[in-house]
Amino acid sequence: MSPGETLIEVRNATKHFPISKGIVFKRNVGAVRAVDGVSFEVRAGETLGIVGETGCGKSTTARLITRLLDVTSGEVLFEGRDITKLKGPDLKAIRREMQMIFQDPYSSLNPRKTVGAIIADPFVIHGLETGPGERKKRVQELMDRVGLNPEHYNRYPHEFSGGQRQRIGVARALALKPKLIIADEPVSALDVSIQAQILNLLRELQREFGLTMIFIAHDLAVVRHMCDRVAVMYLGKIVEMAPSDTLYTLPRHRYTGALLSAVPVADPDLAQRERHLLGGDVPSPANPPEGCRFHPRCSHAGPICATDEPALTDMGGGTVAACHFPIAEDEVGDLLPVARGSERL
Amino acid sequence: MTVESTTGTLLSVEDLRVDFPTFDGVVHAVDGVSYTLEHGATLGIVGESGSGKTVGALTLIGLTRTQGAEVSGRIMFDGRDLLTVSKDELRHIRGNEIAMIFQDPLSSLHPQFRVGSQIVEAMRIHRSITRSAARVRAMELLELVGIPDPRRRVDQYPHEFSGGMRQRVMIAMALANEPKLLIADEPTTALDVTVQAQILALLERLRRELGMAIIMITHDLGVVAQIADRIAVMYAGRIVEAADSRRLFGVPQHPYTWGLLRSIPTLDGPRGVELLPIPGRPPSLIHPPSGCHFHPRCAYALPSHSTIDPVLAMSDAEAPSHLSACLLDQGQRAAAWAALKSGGTPEQARQAAGIADIAVPVPEAEIAG
Repeated sequence: MSPGETLIEVRNATKHFPISKGIVFKRNVGAVRAVDGVSFEVRAGETLGIVGETGCGKSTTARLITRLLDVTSGEVLFEGRDITKLKGPDLKAIRREMQMIFQDPYSSLNPRKTVGAIIADPFVIHGLETGPGERKKRVQELMDRVGLNPEHYNRYPHEFSGGQRQRIGVARALALKPKLIIADEPVSALDVSIQAQILNLLRELQREFGLTMIFIAHDLAVVRHMCDRVAVMYLGKIVEMAPSDTLYTLPRHRYTGALLSAVPVADPDLAQRERHLLGGDVPSPANPPEGCRFHPRCSHAGPICATDEPALTDMGGGTVAACHFPIAEDEVGDLLPVARGSERL
Repeated sequence: MTVESTTGTLLSVEDLRVDFPTFDGVVHAVDGVSYTLEHGATLGIVGESGSGKTVGALTLIGLTRTQGAEVSGRIMFDGRDLLTVSKDELRHIRGNEIAMIFQDPLSSLHPQFRVGSQIVEAMRIHRSITRSAARVRAMELLELVGIPDPRRRVDQYPHEFSGGMRQRVMIAMALANEPKLLIADEPTTALDVTVQAQILALLERLRRELGMAIIMITHDLGVVAQIADRIAVMYAGRIVEAADSRRLFGVPQHPYTWGLLRSIPTLDGPRGVELLPIPGRPPSLIHPPSGCHFHPRCAYALPSHSTIDPVLAMSDAEAPSHLSACLLDQGQRAAAWAALKSGGTPEQARQAAGIADIAVPVPEAEIAG
């Protein structure tokens, strides 16, 4: 697959988790609409970021793509083929092509297995590298590549620091040379000085292996650093999707604007000012608001927002956003710390 | 540090040391920390995990006493040394004059009691107040911290609150007895950015309105930039740099601070440039490195730095309150930071500081994190 072709396409995917009541006779009384009609595509070689607050459905989306969860409706096309119905050997084959890196390097590694065995697991599962000593050799190559000492092959996860454990997770994800890596909050459990090491490693590896990546995080600055395009999710829907450079200089959806405005900036001169605080909390995805899901928290909501759900529309410059009253260009300066910074200069 | 007529020193920590004897050796969790805090001021303490920032704060309110810690130094709070006061007096100070809020509000609240009764209990422990009066006050407090509909909320259980609302309940409980000092240990780390912004704004408003001092402990430089007047950067149990907020971000003096500032991606810098991580990882607190504790990870360390232990001292005669513990001289530091700030690599910064030709022995094992 050459760069620029669509590797993965998600079409109107939904995932509803039933809420049941009763002990003996269970009946469904509703559904948590974790992902509620999400569509996007990722081209080969690019990095798509997904940002949003807790409960917006970003991790569920990742699990739908890797088939760790099954969609309620909709399609996930991998290289043009719908993978939502695959079973048995077909499913196993497709899973070779996509791997995940998880948030918590403590709970995502089996404490009773050696690092060598953890990284060799993908080979065992798929029956690869069966020759004598081949697996060990491949594992040690991988360890070396991600910056671990290959001699630590027989050590256990508890003997490693958080950053090193995350390197183990990266090595395991790379073992099968997948086409797609889904990194779900890969650095949020790490210390600041270690974060940068892992982010740099991921970028290096992406260039080296031509990986396509879906990068999920709540840290907007990290996503900006890593991603070519960014999708912003709110309550199970994508509310805005744009190239990174555009999204961070000219956000169009009110929610994106509020998110960017809320990021604390490591610069006291920009910090000392009244900010556009978003009130309230994210509503329950079991009972999302009518109309635009963001309207109860939105400072610009009009009557139409409470009744009509806005569709994702092209805002120019590669941005699509679902907002009845998108942010205008002349408002941005007032909203974003970054824009204020450039005024100051 | 500005000292106004109505303010004065509220807290003064002098050479605080906290050691934990363990099976493997003595962990020097806090290794000679000194700072002062004025009435109504906000001090930010920044550091990575294991830098001693939390242990130092817990020691302030005596929570390390029972854990077999060996504590020395002085903690003068309002004229009393918190390290020598009796258990009873400490219990009176804790929750009354000094309150603390923690990172995870769910595990800090009792799940089986209504939030109102937990706030009422916090008040009735410290003052004689009737249950009904305390309940009215609890509702006022909930309103003060921005919880809508406090009449209804006061009788709900913690699980009925969202993460941000629970942290507000914790803050309400901490404020119950009008403390002079609020210690906030990573209060927003578990929260989403929009909620984090709300909580930070709330703390700032309360500090202004109630005149209490705040110690904000966090690993997030953005958060301290937002809220702190003065910032102390901790590394391996020590303060390596302390300065007013503007100076710390404007003219940082310590290579570790430079490393922190250059290793975080920003919202406005050029996209696609490599981040400059700090190589290696935080040192063992049982056997800290010799000399300057940071020298094994420092790009500007000279051979002598592995033997000389720097002291926290004034680094610039024009800003006497800006302290740093670095062995480079002021000119070298200024040149190196200027190079780093304009996007240079550590190598270029070494050139600028004129120390590029001096070989630095960086142990191989320390390089990979």
